[in-house]
Amino acid sequence: MIDVTGLTRKFGDFTAVDNLTFRVEQGEILGFLGPNGAGKSTTMKILTGFLTPSSGAVSIFDHDVVRNPVSAQREIGYLPEGAPAYSDMTVSAFLHFIGQIRGLRGTSLQNRFQEVVEQVDLEPVLTQRIETLSKGFKRRVGLAQALLHDPRILILDEPTDGLDPNQKHQVRQLIRNLSRDKTVIISTHILEEVHAVCTRALIISAGRIVVDGSPEYLASLSRYHQAVHLRFTGEGVRAEAFLSLEDVADVEVERDGLTMTVFPQPGCRILRGVNELAQANGWRIEELYVEQGRLDDVFRKLTTGEAA
Amino acid sequence: MTGLSVIVRRELYGYFATPVAYVFTVIFLVLSGVFTFYLGHFFERGQADLLSFFNFLPWLYLVLIPAVSMRLWSEERRSGTIELLLTLPVSIGTSVLGKFLAAWFFVGVALALTFPLWITVNYLGHPDNGVISATYIGAWLMAGGFLAIGSCLSAATRNQVIAFILTLVVCFLFVVTGFPMVQDLFTPWAPTWVIDGLSALSFLGHFDAIARGVIELRDLLYFLLTIVTWLLATVIVLNLRKAN
Repeated sequence: MIDVTGLTRKFGDFTAVDNLTFRVEQGEILGFLGPNGAGKSTTMKILTGFLTPSSGAVSIFDHDVVRNPVSAQREIGYLPEGAPAYSDMTVSAFLHFIGQIRGLRGTSLQNRFQEVVEQVDLEPVLTQRIETLSKGFKRRVGLAQALLHDPRILILDEPTDGLDPNQKHQVRQLIRNLSRDKTVIISTHILEEVHAVCTRALIISAGRIVVDGSPEYLASLSRYHQAVHLRFTGEGVRAEAFLSLEDVADVEVERDGLTMTVFPQPGCRILRGVNELAQANGWRIEELYVEQGRLDDVFRKLTTGEAA
Repeated sequence: MTGLSVIVRRELYGYFATPVAYVFTVIFLVLSGVFTFYLGHFFERGQADLLSFFNFLPWLYLVLIPAVSMRLWSEERRSGTIELLLTLPVSIGTSVLGKFLAAWFFVGVALALTFPLWITVNYLGHPDNGVISATYIGAWLMAGGFLAIGSCLSAATRNQVIAFILTLVVCFLFVVTGFPMVQDLFTPWAPTWVIDGLSALSFLGHFDAIARGVIELRDLLYFLLTIVTWLLATVIVLNLRKAN
């Protein structure tokens, strides 16, 4: 459980994090979104005790991060941005170091070590020095390091950055498969990730929260939410006809004149009306589906103020 | 305390996994040989002691110890591992102490490897081995003082070159305050307590006192206090950087 109240962090005159208040409950997987420089990493650095806030408070399972950092840090597994690790160490030596400093010893260390190595697939590189590893393996070493002590809270700063699509899939799978009592915060600017793994999304921009809700709620803010996508074969389709339907707000036609998107009035469902109108006119539909909403469109709208 | 020993071991691993340890040790031994035999005229002096080695040691340390200490924190900051280290459940104080102790131990090993000199002087004559042991201890304490200064200055910058140069300058000041030449600069005008204070601050004065063969409490305390003070300053610098 993470409790953040009135968190503010300034660097000189620049306010990186501006009065953030939120609470993450046990079992939640929170996607922390925002454009570069929005304050995602700064917030994570404060949560993990690497930076001190200018004002405000953070408590991790009732441990105050500023006053009692070590107790809070015991509860957290943290993957910093860029997954830094001691490059002169071998993967195995590095993970043993992390395990020992986290208080694991003997067989419990060995067991956790084995589990984590399997979980993130590090077996082939255990005896290699970290400096010789590819970006993908380095990232996985960072993840292994964060998971090693089986923490109740995981804070991952861009965990899939620099991974190929297969590795991204693997990491998302891993996060989803974490036991349900863990609290996870992931920062990312890959929006599909939010749909894929998160139970909640929090978008920040210029250090402030602009939206906080489920990925579905986020999608519902898109103008594409419940819009109907159509593709016809044959001539004679008049897109303007759809505008005569009561619940339709707008129609956008692609260059081919046969592919179009019909937008509903907010809160309305238009699939049946659109379909009936097409049937009545004898237009042959080749493709038809209802959009759930586009997160990138919402993201742009919320973080730039631009009406997308 | 478990955190401390884990940090010490990880640091020592870092020295020996890279060429740092070997290069440092070899250069230290070669230079101490050069100083002792060529500049110190070990044989020509015909004295059964190690003064020709110990007299040059502070100068050797002046150049070589900042090279060890510069990486203590600058390297962590440059490579980003500082974020990892400071978010692990160990206090900043433990990390500072652990890194310092590992460096101090490592420099101690290099110092101990000059033992062939000790054997040589025993083979050639009958030196006062009590004096030599005391001087070795004094030399190691002095190395600790240099390292603690270096630790603090290394924590203040991510640039190792800057850390090196700053440490060298500060250590140089701590060495030369005890020099007659420097003392002479102050004698004509400064009150006695300033001169006494300056010479009391000098690494050289306390090292020389120990090198006479008597480890006095005040010399011991001087070095230990210097180390503790600079390590506390390191903790303060790191805490300031968390807030800035």
